[in-house]
Order: sequence, then C-alpha cells, then structure tokens
Amino acid sequence: MAARTATGRPRIGVLLAAAAVLASTACSAGSLGSSGGTEDGTVTLTFQFGNEPPASLIGQALADDFMAANPDIRIETETRPGGTEGDNIVKTRLATGDMTDLFAYNSGSLFQAINPQQQLAPLTDEPWVGSLEEQFRNSVTAGNGVYGAPFGSSFAGGVLYNRNVYQQLGLQVPTTWEQFMANNASIEAAGIDPVIQTYGTTWTSQLFVLADYHNLTTEVPTFAEDYTANKAKYATTPAAVQGFQHLQDVHDAGYLNEDFASATFEDGLRQVAAGEGAHFPMLTVTVATMVENSPNAAQDVGFFALPGNDAAENGITAWLAAGVYVPTTTAEDSAKFEAAKRFLAFIASPAGCESATRVAPPAGPYPVEGCTLPADVPQAVKDVQPYYDQGASSPALEFVSPVKGPSLQQITVEVGSGIRSAADAAALYDQDVEKQAQQLGLPGW
Amino acid sequence: MAGTPTTTTTSPPPVPTAPGGRSGSAGKGRTAGSRYPYWFYLPAAVLYTVLFVLPTFASFFFALTRWRLIDFQFIGFDNFVLFFREPALVTGLVNTIIFGVVTSAAKVVLGLLLAVLLTSHIIGRGLLRSLVFFPVLVSTIGVGITFTVLMDPFDGLFNQVLGAVGVDGPGWLTDPSLALLSVAAVDVWKGVGLATVIYIAGIVSIPSEYFEAAEVDGAGSWRRFRSITLPLARPATVTVIILSLIGGLRSFDLIWAMTRGGPGFTSDVIASVIYKQYQAGFFGLSTAGNVVLFLVVTAIVLPLFWWLNRKEVEL
Repeated sequence: MAARTATGRPRIGVLLAAAAVLASTACSAGSLGSSGGTEDGTVTLTFQFGNEPPASLIGQALADDFMAANPDIRIETETRPGGTEGDNIVKTRLATGDMTDLFAYNSGSLFQAINPQQQLAPLTDEPWVGSLEEQFRNSVTAGNGVYGAPFGSSFAGGVLYNRNVYQQLGLQVPTTWEQFMANNASIEAAGIDPVIQTYGTTWTSQLFVLADYHNLTTEVPTFAEDYTANKAKYATTPAAVQGFQHLQDVHDAGYLNEDFASATFEDGLRQVAAGEGAHFPMLTVTVATMVENSPNAAQDVGFFALPGNDAAENGITAWLAAGVYVPTTTAEDSAKFEAAKRFLAFIASPAGCESATRVAPPAGPYPVEGCTLPADVPQAVKDVQPYYDQGASSPALEFVSPVKGPSLQQITVEVGSGIRSAADAAALYDQDVEKQAQQLGLPGW
Repeated sequence: MAGTPTTTTTSPPPVPTAPGGRSGSAGKGRTAGSRYPYWFYLPAAVLYTVLFVLPTFASFFFALTRWRLIDFQFIGFDNFVLFFREPALVTGLVNTIIFGVVTSAAKVVLGLLLAVLLTSHIIGRGLLRSLVFFPVLVSTIGVGITFTVLMDPFDGLFNQVLGAVGVDGPGWLTDPSLALLSVAAVDVWKGVGLATVIYIAGIVSIPSEYFEAAEVDGAGSWRRFRSITLPLARPATVTVIILSLIGGLRSFDLIWAMTRGGPGFTSDVIASVIYKQYQAGFFGLSTAGNVVLFLVVTAIVLPLFWWLNRKEVEL
C-alpha cells in the first residue's frame, strides 16, 4: 500500500525537475555555464530506504545533514517495507525505470540479484572509493565496477544475552556449543526461558544457520567457493548441517519461550532486556531498537558469538553495511548525477558516519576510513569489538557467495517449530538455492 | 414513425433496400449471422486484444523463459519442471483443494441455513439480512489483520474468552495442523453473506403455492425443506458452489494477511507459493505457476459446472 502511493511521486519529481532544467537553460543562458539545476540553482534528488529503524532514522539524518551543508541540493526521502516485500519493490521499480534517484539496499547477494551491471551507475572513479574498507567494497562490487557507498555501520550476528541472568546464576560466556547447552540447562532450572525465538517475524528464525557461518568456514574454508560453483551442498557438509541441527536441538530440549510461534522480533528484544529469556540469537543491528524500547538494555544486554565446536576458533559472523546506489536512470541527467555523487561523497565520509551515529548508535564499525565509534555505545556493541580486534570474524555467506535461497526463513521456522528435521531442512534449502543460482545464470548450475 | 423512414435507424424499410441496392459493398461489411457491421466490433475487439489476448499469450510465452524483467532467456519447459519440483507445491496443492472444498461446503450449508432463517417472518429481517452481508463489504486485508490479533494464542480475545471458562485455547494460527482451517473459518465468516443473499433470492422465487399445498397434505417443516426448498433452490446452490469454489481455489489475500503461508509452509496454497516466487524475483517461474493454477482451476471447475448444470436439466 505504501509502495503504491510512493510510485507516483518520482515521476512527477522527474517531470518537474526536467521542466525546471528546461526553464533554467532558456532563461539564464550563459550565467551558469553548462551546469544543470533550476533557476535558483537547486537540484532535487529522491532517496529511498527501509521504513524500520535504524535504517529509517539514518536515511533521514543523512539527507537532513547533507541539505543543511548543501543548500543547493534538495533531497526528498521516501521509505519502503523491508524483507522480501522490499526486494520486490526495488526489483520492479528498477526494471521499469521508475526508481528513486538514490536508494539504500543490501550489499552482497541481494545486491548481485538486482543486476548491478545493467541497472546501476558505476561509481568506481569516485575519490571516496579508496577509503572504503575492503570487505565492504567487495560486497558492492560487480564485475570491475564499484556501485555503492556504505549506509550505516557493519554489524555482527551472534547471541544477545541478559547479563543479569548470567551474573545471578554465575555463568560464563560460552565458547563451545556444549558450554552453551550446559548454560541453557542451568537457566531452565532457574525458571527462565533459555533461548528466545520469535517466529511472528519469520526472518529472525534464520540466525542459528546464518550466524553459524563463521564456524562453518573455519571448519571448511573452501565452502563458499565450492558452494557458489555447485560443488558443495548444505546437506552433504556436516559442518553446514550443524546450524540447522542446533536449532532443532534447542527446540527438542524444550528451551524455547512459550510464545515462540507467535512472538514478534520486538517481543524477543523486550524479553531478553527484561531477563524473561536469557539468550536471543540476533543481529547487533537491532540493538538500537532494543535500547530505545528498553533503556536498561544498554547495560543489561551483552553479546557473544554463536558458539561452535572449537573454543579456539570462536568468532562472529559479520554483516556488512548496506549500500546506497544510483540507478542508471539518474545518471542520464548529468546535473542530478553530479548532485547524487556529492551526496554519496558525504555519506562515505566521517561526517556521514557522525550523521548516522547522531540518530542511531552504531551496531559495529563503519566501513569508512577515519570513522570512529562513540565511547558510550551499548554493551552489546562493545562486546562485538574484541572479536574484530582479534580477527575472529568472517563475513556472512551472503557477502562471499551470491547464492542465497529465498525460503530459508520458512525452512528454519519449520525446524525451530519441530515440523521438519535438520537434515531434511538442509536438503530442502539446497533445492531452494538452485532456483536463485539459475536465475542469476551462475556457471555450473 | 412511418413518415420518416430515412432518419430512423431502427425502422425496417431501409433494410430490404440495402441488400438490393448495394449488395456488393454491404456484403463485405456484414455477414448473414452478424447483427452489426464488422467495424462496429472493432473498438471492443482492440480493447479485448490489448488487455486480454496479448497478456495471456505473453504469459504463456514468459512461462517458457528465465525472466528478469529487463531481459529474458528462453529455457523451454524448465520452469514447469522446476515448478512441479517445488517442495512447497505438494503442500500448496493439497492445501488449495482443502481450502476450496472446506470453505465452499461450509458456505453452502451455512448460507442455506441462514437464508431459510432470514426468509422467515422474523423481526428486523431487513437489518439482519444486511448484517450478514456486511463482512463481504469489508476489506479482506483488514479482516485478516483483525482476526490475526483476535487469534493470538496468548493475548488474543478468542483464547482469553476460552481461558475465562477454563479451556486452554489452541494456537489458532501457529499450530501447523490448525492454521489453514482457522483461515478457512475466517473466509467462511467473511464470504457466507454472499452465499446467503444468493440463497435468499433462490428461496424467495419459489412460489408459495407449493408450500401451502404441502402443508394441506400434512407435510412437516423438515419435509417441506427437504422436498421443496432444497430441490427448487438448486440453481442457487450451483451458483454458490461454483463461485465459492473458484474463490477458494485462487484464494490468496486472506491467507497472506493472516499466516503468510506459515508456520513454515504449512498453510501455503498455490497462489501464495507463486507470490513468494514472484517476490524472490523468479518472474518466469511464477508465470509458469500461474499458467498451472489457471489449468488446475479450469480442470476442476469446468467439469463440475457441466455436471451440475446437466443435473439441473434432468430435474
């Protein structure tokens, strides 16, 4: 519904801008030389991003702060829903040439799925590209071109845990799965839900599998490469089935909160903040929302990496920042493209990072040289930093392989609800990714 | 009327002169069985071609391609192979049929009972008739969201009421074995008004002489319902079955609003499987799915329609 109201606006914007450009060239010929823009010199850009915090807050802050420093450029913002519904909007609007002048969207495999080489304008020669952190730059690169500036910070996948519960029960942060399950047993004995799951928001069910990727890749370093080439499968790689197995184990042990089937993601954040549940496998990008809803969570909730088999290899799975991209339709208008590039240069600078920090505490490091984290970040974000410092992190599979099936969230809901076994789920997911790989035209599928 | 034959287009006199005087040119523009000259059909034919024929054939074509909206690659019947190998398809197919049959049957039974009640001499009949129709007019998505809240296993009104009388209510939408039936129940609540209205029209049109005669012969109320209302309301039954079955088989919006096919894939129907493929950007595949859905609905409804109508003629 939001999408329908939104689609009408950019066209009108484009028409107005086009009319304004025509008017300006007619009236003030010579005075402005070859530069585009309206009579008073302003260019209007449209900018689309997700409608949920922190993305919605960061998008607006970037636009506001940039406009304050650059009165000659006006940025109109619009939001779109997240998840697959948002994917759909982005793909359709790009294909119909109806996209906003700039838009924020995932990097990694979802970025690959929008055919960047055909639909986005390359930004490879922009001066700020050199200051991007390498993993991030790779995740917005297609062919030889770099296509995006970072939107917000990177973040980690692992387990949010209630520190008060740990303190009261005298528990240690686990570094292996056995320790984790032992902690769960003590937590259950104390009458607290050991593991929170929230299948009212289906994407949250994927964390046991997706955040286990660091453990998978330390055990099988060639997995991503072989997986992309259709040589390795989830079902036939024991280390890969493990994520599904862990999810099944916590369900079978009865460790989940009573309302796991209907609880929403915000319920889960509230439960871990209030200590009703001890562990919530989650992305640290949600910490800002959690702290906003339950201010005590800034101190009471910590973070640890999803434990695997080997304590020595314990580490986090890292999600890279989303990107801000420019569709080819914007690049056709040189005045707009110049303005868009100036906005991107602002986004990919320490000033841009500060803008984002002002409205949402960062969930991890910014992938831009010179950006620093404020001292007063929530405890869960503080707990992430040591893993980066020790090099105990791997980018999530979606940033090292374009192959990602669309139905993982339904499959993991079934495993976590006891509807489907882990082995069966891994095989089903292998089947699911096949369609994506074929759609992308990857060799070997 | 008869005095101005040249200006009236409907009067018969010009007709015999046209074939006689200008038989050559008139023969091109008009055939023996046609009511109008061909050009008269043209606007409707153009609209029909552009809006219906072309998209239909385009969809049959794109069903054979790997389509990314900006370009496509011809892959023959691979999409259909892929679609039939879709893990959620079997669940989806079974659920579609369960959903269609359950909602259609419930609407027939409940619609008929409500129509019998609402054609009786009941107080406030007009108001009651409109009340049963109101849910039909409400937005499906609104109904879906409202019932999702009502059916919440812990905070929902349904289970709180059940809890107050000491019953532990189930997870209406979260229990895999219940989710589809809960949605079907809401669909019946929302759609039974239409079935009722059709039945009311059918029952009202039965001549009252039959009932009076039966009463004189000593037929009880069950006998009158069984032998007069039921058989004579048959055209209404046929309409209700066909309409609600087609509606049920292609049902999507209510299911999507309430469960999104979940938990997992347990309440997926063909339409939601197709929608998820479209969301994932598999445009060719989902188009192939739509072609399959079209064929499935046709394969079920066409013979059923023929069979029901034949029985009607035999009566």
